Amino acid sequence: MSVGIVLVSHSAKLAEGLAELAAQMAPDVTIVPAGGLSDGSIGTDYDEVVAATQRADHGDGVVLLYDLGSAQMTAELAVESLADPSAAIVADGPLVEGAIAAAVAAQAGRSRKAVAEAAAAAGIPEDLAPAEATGDGAEIELELRNEVGLHARPAGLLVRTLSAFDADVTVRLGDQEADAHSVLGLMSLGARQGDRIRVRATGPQASAALEKVKELVDGDFGE
Amino acid sequence: MACTADGVATAVRAAAAVVAEHRVELIDLDRAIGDGDHGENLNRGFAAVVAALDSAVPDTPGGVLKLVATTLISKVGGAAGPLYGTAFLRASAKLGPAGELDVPALLEALRAGLEGVQARGKAVGGDATMVDALIPAVSAAEKAAADGGDVAAVLTAAADAADTGAESTVDLVPRKGRASYLGERAVGHLDPGARSSALLLRAFAEAAR
Repeated sequence: MSVGIVLVSHSAKLAEGLAELAAQMAPDVTIVPAGGLSDGSIGTDYDEVVAATQRADHGDGVVLLYDLGSAQMTAELAVESLADPSAAIVADGPLVEGAIAAAVAAQAGRSRKAVAEAAAAAGIPEDLAPAEATGDGAEIELELRNEVGLHARPAGLLVRTLSAFDADVTVRLGDQEADAHSVLGLMSLGARQGDRIRVRATGPQASAALEKVKELVDGDFGE
Repeated sequence: MACTADGVATAVRAAAAVVAEHRVELIDLDRAIGDGDHGENLNRGFAAVVAALDSAVPDTPGGVLKLVATTLISKVGGAAGPLYGTAFLRASAKLGPAGELDVPALLEALRAGLEGVQARGKAVGGDATMVDALIPAVSAAEKAAADGGDVAAVLTAAADAADTGAESTVDLVPRKGRASYLGERAVGHLDPGARSSALLLRAFAEAAR
């Protein structure tokens, strides 16, 4: 199973919409929205957050993300009230980017600590390294033909797929390079339909990983 | 003089009445520098507390405060829920199963409540929050107790200091909560959380007389 995710927001619509978005990239992760008060008004409902946290936990724990100040307090209070407070972590990251990063990390089977760290790191601008002229490992060049390029869903699919391989993979577009294990990194490359990306891999399963990437790109990411 | 569970419940009902009476004032204070929900949220929370006390009064002072805590946490919705909820929860934990609230226990509860608010909201003195009412309140309560005051005298000293402390937020630049978004523009406004803290302590003090 994977780490569950709870989205604590003042607004039910915001939490639900974000859960829908994050689920696109993490189909097997339980993402539970906990937004608004029970009467439909704006606010955070402690009881709902506690219930959502319990529902999201399939044994590997839960990571909670929040929107504004009091949502953080409600989330922390809910975690403290659990029979085992160490089973859940309130992640300090931007709600939208953090939820996406957390969902992808959870989908990849990472621990709750790693999922919380992924959410927190989503607030730090992605380091797009200037591409190095030479490097170890294998490299292939691919043309993106799918309609949206390396946008959220394809980027999520790529990260998810690569998590199964023991390989370090980077994607280069022009003179910028992103870690292919980071959805936000890939998205910030801004690779679009028609762009040619260079994918480089190192590690024991480098060639198998590249083959899989080629398969995804050639298959238009299943679009 | 010590205070039983019924006495604490009476004080809580008095606090609920004061919150209802000042609902519009708190809304107006919050509207000036926040989102305007403080009076409404707190009133909803305390109305629910009264309803819970109407069905059954727990048999210890700690039990009453725990009921207040869990009800506020569940019903308030805004920041005041987790903040006051944590304060009452920690105060109730300090009181434990004791059947009466005496001055030493009251001091422990007040200190624990302040610590709870600070742990939850991460605010320190001078941030223009309820902490600016509560820090002087706890100091004054300690002093009144050292001078031999009873529960009523200790709470009265706390309420007086909380009033002065709350007033001090008018000149402060908020550094926590929604009001901090306004920065300098919030100077000149009384913090609604500090005001409600002072109101609650005053209600408790009046009820203890």
